[in-house]
Amino acid sequence: MIAPANKPFLQLQSISKTFRRGGAETEVLHDISLDIANGEFISIIGHSGCGKSTLLNLIAGLTTVTTGAVLLEQHEVNEPGPERAVVFQNHSLLPWLTVYDNVRIAVDKVFAKTKSRAERHAWTLHNLDLVQMGHAKDKRPSEISGGMKQRVGIARALAMEPKVLLMDEPFGALDALTRAHLQDSVMQIHGRLGNTAIMITHDVDEAVLLSDRIVMMTNGPSARIGEVLDVKLPRPRNRLELVSDPHYIHAREAVLKFLYERHRYVEAA
Amino acid sequence: MNALPARPVLVDTSAGRAIAAAPPSAPAIAETKILPLKTPRGRRSTQLMSIGSEIASATIPPLLVLAVLLLVWQLATSGPDAALPSPTKIWTESNDLIVSPFFVNGSQDIGLGWRVITSLERVFYGFGLAAAVGVVIGAVIGQSVWAMRGLDPIFQVLRTVPPLAWLPISLAAFRDSGPSAVFVIFITAVWPVIINTAVGIRNIPQDYRNVADVLRLNPLEYFWRIMIPAAAPYIFTGLRIGIGLSWLAIVAAEMLTGGVGIGFFIWDAWNSSRLSDIVVALIYIGVVGFVLDRLVALAGRIATHGTSA
Ligand SMILES: Nc1ncnc2c1ncn2[C@@H]1O[C@H](COP(=O)(O)OP(=O)(O)OP(=O)(O)O)[C@@H](O)[C@H]1O
Ligand SMILES: [Mg+2]
Repeated sequence: MIAPANKPFLQLQSISKTFRRGGAETEVLHDISLDIANGEFISIIGHSGCGKSTLLNLIAGLTTVTTGAVLLEQHEVNEPGPERAVVFQNHSLLPWLTVYDNVRIAVDKVFAKTKSRAERHAWTLHNLDLVQMGHAKDKRPSEISGGMKQRVGIARALAMEPKVLLMDEPFGALDALTRAHLQDSVMQIHGRLGNTAIMITHDVDEAVLLSDRIVMMTNGPSARIGEVLDVKLPRPRNRLELVSDPHYIHAREAVLKFLYERHRYVEAA
Repeated sequence: MNALPARPVLVDTSAGRAIAAAPPSAPAIAETKILPLKTPRGRRSTQLMSIGSEIASATIPPLLVLAVLLLVWQLATSGPDAALPSPTKIWTESNDLIVSPFFVNGSQDIGLGWRVITSLERVFYGFGLAAAVGVVIGAVIGQSVWAMRGLDPIFQVLRTVPPLAWLPISLAAFRDSGPSAVFVIFITAVWPVIINTAVGIRNIPQDYRNVADVLRLNPLEYFWRIMIPAAAPYIFTGLRIGIGLSWLAIVAAEMLTGGVGIGFFIWDAWNSSRLSDIVVALIYIGVVGFVLDRLVALAGRIATHGTSA
């Protein structure tokens, strides 16, 4: 438990984001505030185009806030960095590097001064094994499946030993089986390493299964946090046992109601 | 595979045609795979046969066409008052040039192989410089929207200036034919490299930039690890056009600057009415140009292996 005197690990302080293009201005995010504890797993859920990726990019430092601030351990975030590693929506592996080198480039950069060459090599292999991709280390991204690419993307992010792991629909483009398998891996790894994780998803079951809290966003423009749901399910969680768990059913229902009753997706005219 | 034909940045039609040319097809290899398993020896011999038939299918059509062309040429120029030499006449008149490329009988009486090497040396310096400078300038320009907008029209104009038009300025600046020829090659070949590199850099997906940002790559690391490999297909398109232009430029430049290059040889042969020698030199130039083009294409294929994923 975090004592009240302690400052939160990651703080979003009344963030808003306005995009200007030519003369037109659109406020995508409006007054977003959230405190996240160390080690928490947060899901962000909301309809397409409401600004989830924008919010994640703000935390990553890839875009800058218009007003408000992102604070990580009391320091303002205003540029990207490896302590906030990102698993991108479309894996974003570098196609000219092998699977190994895609992870190694991150390892070399982050541990240039703290690990020896041999240690960096071992650490790269270790992270590939974590996502069961050690066997394909010499393949290029074009030679492996979508699910494998996504796993390498996760390995690359994990290998940076980030304080915060940011995932933008990490399993979005995968079939149900691969998806379930990777969700289990991420859950295991999170359980073992205890990183703070923020994951964007469209999938209600995924959100409930993985998260400590689910942040539900209202529709844009000027999206806000509509509701935050605590998921008080004990860990480790097992997807089969949870199906009939009253807590699980209740949480699932709450998210579905939010998305499909109170904040129905309105097609833009 | 190599996605060169899809790149929309060709700036030279002759090179564009060469690039669009299909690679030798490989159905013969595929056929061996569906053959039923036999004894190892049987399999090897069918494999050898299929390799042989592949070579045959690649070489027989061009050889046939060549034979027909030679025949037509022979018939068209066999009259007593033909203006151009016939193939048989060329064979007898320029036999030494054809048979032995590397003889040396005096300072100006040397085999065409030596002359080609002299010309290639200049191309090597001029094109090497153009490649290095072009990639760096292209990378800088590709980074900045304003540099692109400001410089692109100027480059588009400059790249249309024919190689020889640069020669007088070059001679005035360097006061020596050697460096002038190299400069002409440089200035001819550098534009497509710059333009294609810049376009390649502009087209680097935001995803790769984001990866670089999250990793906090410094500018040098970004240049080597992201920019160059990501833009490599474009860069090699530019290099391929550049090498073609270089070879065009060197022959023309040498005609005017003299020396022992293949270009000057043609000029010299013309002045002493050795038409047969000129024809032989043309064939040398064509073959070398073809080989240069294929070498750069091969380097590109190796370097961009896996880039278009
Ligand atoms: N660079 C930008 N310039 C202008 N508008 C932008 C920019 N990036 C995003 N937007 C706008 O911000 C809004 C939110 O985009 P965002 O990508 O964050 O949505 P999202 O919730 O991630 O959607 P999805 O679930 O489909 O990925 C969209 O309306 C989009 O058009
Ligand atoms: Mg998104």
